[in-house]
Amino acid sequence: MLEFILEPLQYAFMVRGLAAAVAVGIVSAVVGTYVVLRGMAFFGDALAHSILPGVAVGYLVGGGAREPLFWWALVAAILSALGIGTISRNTKIKEDTAIGIIFAGTFALGIAMISTVDGYTVDLAHFLFGDVLAVRSGDLSLIGSFGGLTILLILVFYKEFLVISFDPIFAATLRLPVRLLDFLLLILIAVTIVVSLQAVGVALMVAMLVTPAATAYLLTKRLPIMMALAATFASISGVVGLYLSYYWSIASGSAIVLVCTAIFGLVWGGLTIFRRVSN
Amino acid sequence: MSIFQELKKTTRHLSRGQVHDHDPNAPILRAENVSVHYESGNALEDISFELIPGERIAIVGPNGAGKSTLIKVVAGVQTPSSGKIQIFGHHPDGHICIAYVPQRTQVDWNFPVTVADVVMMGRVGKMGLFRNPKASDWQIVQKSLEVVSMGRLAKRQIDELSGGQQQRMFIARALAQEAELILMDEPMTGLDVTSQDEIFKILDQLSKENVTVLISLHDLKMASERFDRVILLNKELLAIGLAEDALHPDNLLKAYGGTLQLLPTDKGMLAFDDTCCEGEHDHA
Repeated sequence: MLEFILEPLQYAFMVRGLAAAVAVGIVSAVVGTYVVLRGMAFFGDALAHSILPGVAVGYLVGGGAREPLFWWALVAAILSALGIGTISRNTKIKEDTAIGIIFAGTFALGIAMISTVDGYTVDLAHFLFGDVLAVRSGDLSLIGSFGGLTILLILVFYKEFLVISFDPIFAATLRLPVRLLDFLLLILIAVTIVVSLQAVGVALMVAMLVTPAATAYLLTKRLPIMMALAATFASISGVVGLYLSYYWSIASGSAIVLVCTAIFGLVWGGLTIFRRVSN
Repeated sequence: MSIFQELKKTTRHLSRGQVHDHDPNAPILRAENVSVHYESGNALEDISFELIPGERIAIVGPNGAGKSTLIKVVAGVQTPSSGKIQIFGHHPDGHICIAYVPQRTQVDWNFPVTVADVVMMGRVGKMGLFRNPKASDWQIVQKSLEVVSMGRLAKRQIDELSGGQQQRMFIARALAQEAELILMDEPMTGLDVTSQDEIFKILDQLSKENVTVLISLHDLKMASERFDRVILLNKELLAIGLAEDALHPDNLLKAYGGTLQLLPTDKGMLAFDDTCCEGEHDHA
């Protein structure tokens, strides 16, 4: 058993991958708590897809280097977060329609750009589904610093985010800058997505945002506990997912997401049975 | 409001200098020729009135009369298309003495917070950014809950409350906010008579402490029996004053038209509207 656990750890790429998976899991679970409570799952999914053109520019400009990918993705994510926020506020178009338009349009642009490169399918798959085992130490420090900053801001603005999410009109009567805080939250979701890009990729991102937080939501009715539980489930999923990936040769991103989903299923099923029995 | 303006507001919020001094000679609330226009039509037209400190005043009118819109304009969360609202002589934007109580149906009761968490939200404006609740804030929260007889329910989850308790929790939040003007949107809808009485008892107490309460209602009988003054609204302000004057059958006919039922009783002519209740559908 011990050998089963220790064997993968002799590879530096596994250790880096585990560190990245846990860090990404914690950040996206904590931010994801608000995504779940505010019903922003579709927004999160769309935002993840809409960073693809940014990734593409970084890919074309940097010729395979990692840093430009990160920065361009960050710019793209923040622009689309603000774009979606602005369109749905200022026109009669409903928010989900605005999201749909920007989401599909930018995703198509990203694919079009990446497809201009020969042999693009491999790289495209990498962006879409992530590869946490390819994380380098430079990536780790970016994940650590931006992830840490995101968590810090969520804690600093804890009571403000709580009020604007629970009762936005009341928040406005307290003269809180509701719109600004809304945008800040959108930007934090955007940063989280970029930080998690390498772990799970664009297509599976929404699972990291909503699944651990939703699992925690089933178990507690206190927001701080919900955040802690979500972070725990996400970390466990990252570690277990990577071991599954190592031993069964499953793509790492999908393994992590599958473990998240399995935990949700177990908790949901367990609670359903428990309620039946206790009634 | 532009992001730039919001930023300026935030800077003020950070320095905690945004709260206007109250002009003691100005009325607690003055509405001057307030109109709200939507693309689909007018919601409010040329509304003017003043409130008296400590009074309890009901806004009545048929569904779609603009009751919720008027409350949002007074709260300063919706800007009127023309006209202005003044609170103690200043734009409502600079005041944190106005408490807003939402319609119960607008609240997500599954939100993971306790009763005390919700009441603590009333302190957020006073605390300012980057500050955590202090022991004194928690004491205020507990005291506010005791005023509404919910001292023991502080740690309850909000989804375990009855309708009356939900409403009283929001009143406690207004108290924790140290509000001088409380705005309530249809607070009595769906409550049984006992719960309504409990709330009126609390409102009586607030009145004595000079807290002004503006409430939208659909129950005309309640408006006429339990409020100091009544505003009769149907996009325009049709009447304001003592219930017996404001709810004169001629006025009611103007407001409700065909949906009104008049009923002669020993208390005089009573009028009822038969439009139903679950929240009016104003444009948010």
